Amino acid sequence: MNVLAYIETADGKLKKSALEIISYSAAIASQTGGQVTAIALGDVQADELAKAGRYGAAKVLHANNDKLKQFVSQAYASVVAEAAKTTQADVVILSNSFSGKAMAPRLAIKLQAGIADGAVALPDTAGGFKIKKTAFSGKAFADVELTSKVKIVTLVPNSFKVAENAATGAVEVFNPQISDSDFAVTVKEVVKASDKISLPEAEIVVSGGRGLKGPENWGMVEELAGLLGAATACSKPVSDANWRPHSEHVGQTGLAISPNLYIAIGISGAIQHLAGVSSSKTIVVINKDPEAPFFKAADYGIVGDAFEVVPKLIEEVKKFKAANS
Amino acid sequence: MKILVCISHVPDTTSKINFSDDKKSFVTQGIQYIINPSDEIALARALELTEKDGGTVTVINVGDNTTEPTIRKALAIGATDAVRVNAVPRDAFFVATQIADYAKKNSFDLILTGRESIDYNGSLVSSMVAELLSLPSVNSVKALTIEGNIATLDREIEGGKEVVSCALPCVVSATEGMAEPRIPNMRGIMSARTKPLSVAEPVAAESMQQIVSYDKPLPRTQVKLIDPANVAALVDALHNEAKVI
Ligand SMILES: Cc1cc2nc3c(=O)[nH]c(=O)nc-3n(C[C@H](O)[C@H](O)[C@H](O)COP(=O)(O)OP(=O)(O)OC[C@H]3O[C@@H](n4cnc5c(N)ncnc54)[C@H](O)[C@@H]3O)c2cc1C
Repeated sequence: MNVLAYIETADGKLKKSALEIISYSAAIASQTGGQVTAIALGDVQADELAKAGRYGAAKVLHANNDKLKQFVSQAYASVVAEAAKTTQADVVILSNSFSGKAMAPRLAIKLQAGIADGAVALPDTAGGFKIKKTAFSGKAFADVELTSKVKIVTLVPNSFKVAENAATGAVEVFNPQISDSDFAVTVKEVVKASDKISLPEAEIVVSGGRGLKGPENWGMVEELAGLLGAATACSKPVSDANWRPHSEHVGQTGLAISPNLYIAIGISGAIQHLAGVSSSKTIVVINKDPEAPFFKAADYGIVGDAFEVVPKLIEEVKKFKAANS
Repeated sequence: MKILVCISHVPDTTSKINFSDDKKSFVTQGIQYIINPSDEIALARALELTEKDGGTVTVINVGDNTTEPTIRKALAIGATDAVRVNAVPRDAFFVATQIADYAKKNSFDLILTGRESIDYNGSLVSSMVAELLSLPSVNSVKALTIEGNIATLDREIEGGKEVVSCALPCVVSATEGMAEPRIPNMRGIMSARTKPLSVAEPVAAESMQQIVSYDKPLPRTQVKLIDPANVAALVDALHNEAKVI
């Protein structure tokens, strides 16, 4: 199968998800016999495009002009659809990110393709194309069979291990046909807290709940996150009370995340919260109530007062980092 | 302004999800259904916009007659009228095809959906409808204002937001922050009984994906409790045992 991998960039650099997308695409291509073409849009540094080759793209297409410098889902989907046709792609892979989720449905219509959104594993290609995806907001998985000629998959961030190899891919300029009607949405401003690790992509997440009593107590959450290179998150009542921004809310009605390590502090572990975090590889729960339901869904637990345990944990992480640096 | 709000009928968030023994179907017995939470946000914003500038809010749902209580709830919250496309929603493309067909025949200034449904989590319907109608779309929108013919929107992105603008008509998917969901009051519930709820028959749409089986995540093994007086043991376990730091 020929695979087209749409790779996302930020500030001219490949996002972590881009490496996952290429590695995943390379695994599908080698499983089925085929080639991976990667495509990036907008401003991207030359060495970053070359890097895409090292993760398994035989060819890296780069489309850029004044209009493509900003993300506009309609236009980006048109460009990727054109590339899919040009490269005769059987499968198009995107990240299940905000941008990927905006483009993939349009691609499905343009390419008359079936779509598996939120895939968490490689497809089973023995006699078809069956793929495992999340369902019921993390409470279940569904195996979905795609029967169309062209197939689209969006991959959940952090669900596939990146693999670098010695290959290099040729970088080519791609000049798509662009129609003005694709640019009906104008980007006026991009507001980013660039010093912060983005929550959907983070490998470690430190999260706080109502047990932390108020926004003034998030200093220790941020300090611990900073030490671990982690993103911060929270439970729904915390963002509802405006202690933290809505973008940090994880759970069934917030973001679903799957980091390697999720540390929950003062969170009871309600079913709606667990839905969004239960695919984390390792879960640590710090809660003063030994009966908190979260302990049943955790790998490690500390029954104790967060205001005593977390400062101690910060000291221990500092010692650990000093000893291991 | 004419607004169309697409609502999905989904299991209540407290539902325990179970499947049949052959893993092929979702067990609906004992499940309470609700309006999908982010669709409720979309509905609330649609009502705010029409209360301010005048207009109508139509809700549309693709479903069999079991979804009618959910649709009536949307009417009780304040929608002007409703349409149910009489079919079991097979997949996102099927649903989007029905909504696009209805929207084409009834032209709306704004089509609002939720960010994603909490059952199949596709986030697909909104942009599919837009593509089928050749309309612009903006996803995961946490603020939406309309001046004349121009919508200004805050779109969620990893680690921040984008402020974008777009001329109407357009398709917008709503997320937290756009509006506070509303609870129906007694008057709303009474008036919902007599508000128009029409039933439309579906148009054909080819299905290109099919769920063949379901699974539940493996339960975690017994939690390892660590003595709060020995937090160093946690750091040690995370490094040497779980290998995550
Ligand atoms: C439609 C709907 C959707 C929802 N969606 C979500 C969702 O997406 N995400 C989500 O998170 N929730 C969601 N909820 C809310 C959910 O049901 C719970 O109410 C919520 O998760 C509880 O948040 P919490 O654990 O922070 O607070 P609480 O349940 O109040 O728990 C606080 C915990 O902190 C502990 N604690 C208190 N003091 C300390 C201390 N000093 N040290 C250590 N521990 C302490 C307590 O023992 C307790 O376990 C939803 C609810 C509904 C109805």
